[in-house]
Amino acid sequence: MQKQEFTITVYTENQVGLLNRIAIIFSRRKINIESLNTSPSEVDSVHRFTIVINEYEEVVRKLCRQIEKQVDVLKAYYNTNDEIVWQELAMYKVPTDVIAEEVKVERLLSQHGAKAVVIRKDYTVFEVSGHREETDKLIEVLEPFGLIEFVRSARVAIIKNSDGFHSKLKEFEYKEPGEHAVENEFLDKNQEVFSM
Amino acid sequence: METLELKKQKVEEVKPITISGSAAVLEAFLAEGVDTIFGYPGGAIMPIYDALYDYNNRLKHILVRHEQGAIHAAQGYARASGKTGVVFATSGPAATNLVTGLADAMIDSTPVVCVTGQVFAHLLGTDAFQETDVINITTPITKWNYQVTDAKEIPSVLAKAFHIAGTGRPGPVLIDITKNAQLQMIEYSGYEKCTHIRSYRPKPIVRKEYIEEAAKLINEAKKPFVIFGQGVILGKAEKEFTKFIEKGGLPAAWTIMGMSAIPTNHPLAVGMLGMHGNYGPNLLTNECDVLIAVGMRFDDRVTGRLDKYAKQAKVIHLDIDPAEIDKNVKATVGVWGDCKETLPLLTELIQQKVYPQWLKQFKDCTTKEEDKVIKEELNPSKDELTMGEVIKLLNDLTKGEAIIVTDVGQHQMVACRYAQMNQSKSNITSGGLGTMGFALPAAIGAKYGAPDRTVVAIIGDGGVQMTIQELGTIMQFKPDVKILILNNSFLGMVRQWQELFHQNRYSFVDITSPDFVQVAKGYYIDGQSVNERSKLKGALETMLNHKGSYLLEVKVGKENNVFPMVPQGRGVAEIVLCKEEL
Ligand SMILES: Cc1ncc(C[n+]2csc(CCOP(=O)(O)OP(=O)(O)O)c2C)c(N)n1
Repeated sequence: MQKQEFTITVYTENQVGLLNRIAIIFSRRKINIESLNTSPSEVDSVHRFTIVINEYEEVVRKLCRQIEKQVDVLKAYYNTNDEIVWQELAMYKVPTDVIAEEVKVERLLSQHGAKAVVIRKDYTVFEVSGHREETDKLIEVLEPFGLIEFVRSARVAIIKNSDGFHSKLKEFEYKEPGEHAVENEFLDKNQEVFSM
Repeated sequence: METLELKKQKVEEVKPITISGSAAVLEAFLAEGVDTIFGYPGGAIMPIYDALYDYNNRLKHILVRHEQGAIHAAQGYARASGKTGVVFATSGPAATNLVTGLADAMIDSTPVVCVTGQVFAHLLGTDAFQETDVINITTPITKWNYQVTDAKEIPSVLAKAFHIAGTGRPGPVLIDITKNAQLQMIEYSGYEKCTHIRSYRPKPIVRKEYIEEAAKLINEAKKPFVIFGQGVILGKAEKEFTKFIEKGGLPAAWTIMGMSAIPTNHPLAVGMLGMHGNYGPNLLTNECDVLIAVGMRFDDRVTGRLDKYAKQAKVIHLDIDPAEIDKNVKATVGVWGDCKETLPLLTELIQQKVYPQWLKQFKDCTTKEEDKVIKEELNPSKDELTMGEVIKLLNDLTKGEAIIVTDVGQHQMVACRYAQMNQSKSNITSGGLGTMGFALPAAIGAKYGAPDRTVVAIIGDGGVQMTIQELGTIMQFKPDVKILILNNSFLGMVRQWQELFHQNRYSFVDITSPDFVQVAKGYYIDGQSVNERSKLKGALETMLNHKGSYLLEVKVGKENNVFPMVPQGRGVAEIVLCKEEL
């Protein structure tokens, strides 16, 4: 087994301090978080964390259990990259005069699917969403043309084989949840969406 | 901000009365059946203490001498009673004084609810006087924590706190209440206990498939071996567990935390696991064919080197906490669930059996251990007193009915190795964290938790000096605690390691002590010190028969070692019986 990129999706209550509670599960074990995003989810009042780490599957499974053990966490899933659809958003600030002068730049930008978000006299901001390699490539392209600023967001990911959280949440709200809510790994290992 | 708590409060309100946030805290305690609070007042918790003035006839408050003492006392209370212990402390230094106890309660799964005062909400983050970020400090060492800034949240947050602390795998909860919320008047319409939190599942659902698989493994086993932890006690499943091992004829060994879940002299009891546990259970862990772990978490002090641990065995692991299964030892069959539910199901499916040959192997190990270790420890040929003979006499006098609270070190290992215990919740010790200074305050709490039982605190000369100020609590509130100091004039356990693994280089383990009897006298506590065998039994009798607390110091041999031992980094089967085998 090798270390690989895993995306952890955590459904949680919206509680102050929960971010810290989840983050220290990683830092305590000296595991670096590559990317972390928090956002609302498909369910009103339920939050969704998307965490990317590079680890062995065994470690990721244990981490998910530790995460799920937290009182305010509803569910944690982990997936490999081929089980998810994912994107990161990048923004690039470049001097406007360079772009205006060099036709090549415009062509390069459109080749990379960049869209102008803001155009000012002094600079233009482009946006690209995609996988990391793609957004990274554009940095290289733009550097010779005086890239002023670059920023990239955390990963957001959709699990290909997930039915979303609406029905699960209903289970959770019952005092005696069905087996869905308390999935047992040994039985569910055939499921395509890894979950615990 | 509309938090979940506030939302819930909005529904159905019946004839509210107006009370302060502080009174709401105390009302919650009463509704949860709290009878004793361990605490210490200060600026940021004054409104709660002011309210307590009017509840004094319904809630006992024990004023400790240090907040660490408060939380250890609450732990002792919880462990002796099976109920949730409760602590009050103010903000800043008082809250940070709770940290050791919270970490201890977290790792030993002890239900405790701590209420800390906090500066006014508008001062949060301003480095106000005695402001400390207690929520973030305690996040990794609490099962749950929450800061209340609006008193309307108090009833439901405390209800959640007690629910979370006491259910599932128990643990400490800390509620930090800003001073404005304590003072705030709210419309109060009674207390509603919390029975369900949608994101919190205290007990995984039991799946019959796994019970069946486990039963099959047990029924096919030639050398099954049960190892159990505190889960049996926390799950109040002592009877279910006993039925299980008795039907299956299964030899059973305890972790230090599981000790007393079955009587130590039960015919199927084969002793204690772990670094200083018994020879048989350690050695034969690597010979059994099915290892059945119940409510225990395979701590490294139990497993020794993991890659040499029970490799030959199929492992069945019953635990309420899914995160424990496969964490350290891969389970062949993991049975998720409360053992109070899973054990009877399993018992039903296993065959009635006996394993005379297999049990004899344990007996042979015991005989070997007796020859090489136990005989000399309990009936020493030398003049110097041993810790073991003190425990043996204590057994004779208490008949195994006492609660034994131990601190950390050699005396702890010796006490747990030799103490006889007839009933559950008799062993109170800091197992996971190994907190020196635990025993004296925990013993105070244990006495409040089990007022009808004899409570003996067994403490080293080092550890007792860590929380010796709690003699003041004993002086003032007079819980009947017997304090037995086993004084070897060393930080014994560290000295033992320095002798065995650091070529006798005794680096700062030589610790001097005050005249403990004089110190006790200063606190108006009677006591005596003995260093002769002829006086030992009489002294122990005096201590036990004394009306009220008593301190007995026993001066034991300075350089005795605890054996057997699984040296760190070795497998359980590499357990040694004496220094020469190392
Ligand atoms: C708070 C704390 N500090 C340090 C230690 C490390 N430690 C473990 S055992 C021990 C020696 C304990 O000495 P003593 O209380 O005299 O008991 P003995 O081992 O002699 O029975 C020490 C220092 C600890 N467990 N806890």
